[in-house]
Amino acid sequence: MTESAEQANASATASADGQAAGGNGRTPVLSLRNVCKNFGAVSALTDIELDVHAGEVVALVGDNGAGKSTLVKVLAGVHQPTSGSISFDGKSVRLADPSAALNLGIATVFQDLALCENLDVVANIYLGQEKDPYHLDEVSMEVRAWTLLNELSARIPDVRDVVASLSGGQRQTVAIARSLLLDPKVIMLDEPTAALGVAQTAEVLNLIERVRDRGLGVIMISHNMEDVRAVADRVVVLRLGRNNGVFTPDASNQELVSAITGATDNSVSRRAERQRAAQPVAEEVQA
Amino acid sequence: MTDNAKQDKPFLDQADVRVSHESGALGAIRSFLSRVRSGDLGSLPVVVGVIVIWTVFQTLNPIFLSSNNLVNLLFDMSTVGVIALGVVCVLMLGQIDLSVGSVSGLASAIVGVLWVNQGWPVALAIIVAVGAGALIGCVYSLLYNRFGMPSFVSTLAGLLAFLGMQLYILGNAGSINLPYGSGLVSFGQTLTMPAWFSYSVAVLAGIAMLLSRYRTAARRKEAGLSSQSLISTVLVAAVLTAILLFAAWYLNQARGIPWMFGLFVALVLALNYALTRTKWGRMMFAVGGNKEAARRAGINVAFINLTAFTLCSSLAALGGVLSAARLASASQQAGTGDVNLNAIAAAVIGGTSLFGGRGNAYSALLGIIVIQSIASGLTLLNMSSSLRYMITGAVLAIAVIVDSLARRSRVSHGRE
Repeated sequence: MTESAEQANASATASADGQAAGGNGRTPVLSLRNVCKNFGAVSALTDIELDVHAGEVVALVGDNGAGKSTLVKVLAGVHQPTSGSISFDGKSVRLADPSAALNLGIATVFQDLALCENLDVVANIYLGQEKDPYHLDEVSMEVRAWTLLNELSARIPDVRDVVASLSGGQRQTVAIARSLLLDPKVIMLDEPTAALGVAQTAEVLNLIERVRDRGLGVIMISHNMEDVRAVADRVVVLRLGRNNGVFTPDASNQELVSAITGATDNSVSRRAERQRAAQPVAEEVQA
Repeated sequence: MTDNAKQDKPFLDQADVRVSHESGALGAIRSFLSRVRSGDLGSLPVVVGVIVIWTVFQTLNPIFLSSNNLVNLLFDMSTVGVIALGVVCVLMLGQIDLSVGSVSGLASAIVGVLWVNQGWPVALAIIVAVGAGALIGCVYSLLYNRFGMPSFVSTLAGLLAFLGMQLYILGNAGSINLPYGSGLVSFGQTLTMPAWFSYSVAVLAGIAMLLSRYRTAARRKEAGLSSQSLISTVLVAAVLTAILLFAAWYLNQARGIPWMFGLFVALVLALNYALTRTKWGRMMFAVGGNKEAARRAGINVAFINLTAFTLCSSLAALGGVLSAARLASASQQAGTGDVNLNAIAAAVIGGTSLFGGRGNAYSALLGIIVIQSIASGLTLLNMSSSLRYMITGAVLAIAVIVDSLARRSRVSHGRE
């Protein structure tokens, strides 16, 4: 069974590689080569390769423990890679701490959003980046906050409301607006739709498309294949800390799930099999 | 139609048509009422509390609201008020300082020993006392930042340790009398503002408020944001000036406004500015609200802890110096008994949350008015301190209950 799984993965990688090479001749804005990260004896990431182009949504999928969050933390400057190289805008860079990543133009929206609920929207967007430290320039901060939110066509009733009074989708919007404050080139979203309802999820996916249309590279982590397929231009699968294939969003659910889990025999594949088996019969009946 | 016809395009912050925006003076009152109904009470419960307490004591003893008694009240509350101001800083971070009483007692002992026994200049003695307070705050923040020692425990240890140090410094005599007629004791007991000065401050406060609000409104208008109308700005400033002028006039019927109270109010205003208008204040709120979010936003949480603990202990030491001046002595009793809990209770009664992230500098002022009014009223009624403790305890309990009910209401109205 393992053998067959590896075969399936190998073929998926081959086909996706060919697609990716044909689709993009430009230099990627962010590119990782052979990135490894060890925590003691545990290899959380092994030889990771990842390219993100401007105006592209790359979905990062994988099972629990696949290394998605570690990869995000490496790119956010929270962890430093054990080996491998990261290049940004064609130049090799070192992300020593979170502010280094931020100043370079890599913004991160963490899964728990990291908002202060007791502060209003403007204060949250500008947290740590306030203008005029000894006499806060509230007017220009408020104007910029409205501009950012309007660019995202966000629906926030009042930027002077505390974040505690906002819905989950609105909070996600505030977190994304905050990450855009410093005009980043790449924005990473960790599980942006995990805690959201149907309408709010749609809102956030719209938001991701708008961010992409502004020419930013987007890395989106998600467990939800529907969401991934809705907005992603490429789907990068991680498994046990290694690359396990690059797919196009129209790849079948079965392909994605087997790449993620490493198993070809599961409920998704069984159902696909049953459907395939049923199809000729149906055609015969129609005929 | 009516609103948008008057201006060519809607304000940047009122473009969303789904949200109703109140305008004008009536609108301001309406939105205030709806805020209160949804549980965003602000300082309203304390103000109502003060009115109730004053009415009760005034009916029981007509001397209570006399100019003379109110001037005494202002003298008495300034000392613990300054300590409560420091407590607001640590509560903002969701921390606590249980040792403010001991630190204030230690500071008064340091001033007594250095100034009276050793013959140092009084200013230098005060600087050393407040500096000792700052050092204590640094130690607390070091214990918390480096060793993760909860402030509840470290300051509980400090409560005992610094009480011991106070007794040690005072030695066998146990009490040092500060000389009457000296500047420090006069400041604590008799010095009041001249009448003309208090009136000019009242008028200047109104003008300053008018100017700053007018400037803000002009800038907001220029930037395309909605702004407060000129009429309501003038109205608010006029009401403020009238209230301050009346208070000054009434207190000037007796000895006038104590300089010590002036110092307390100046400290309150300074802390209010720092908390609401500076980056430091924004970081204080952020760390108190969500420490991890603050850390990820690049805020130096350890540094913010350091400033809060240092500020709290320094203000506690300053309060100790003031209370030494008020009592004209540095004794073993200074800073013991109810000083500690009164200071913390004042901050909480005034509306600063024990859980961090909510509060303001005015809560120290409002809270200490409540506590000192109860103390003064019961003293006038010749009631023992046993009753005073019980009633103050009940008021504190009521304040916390009102706060939790308001929070529940905020939650159900989607404001928290």
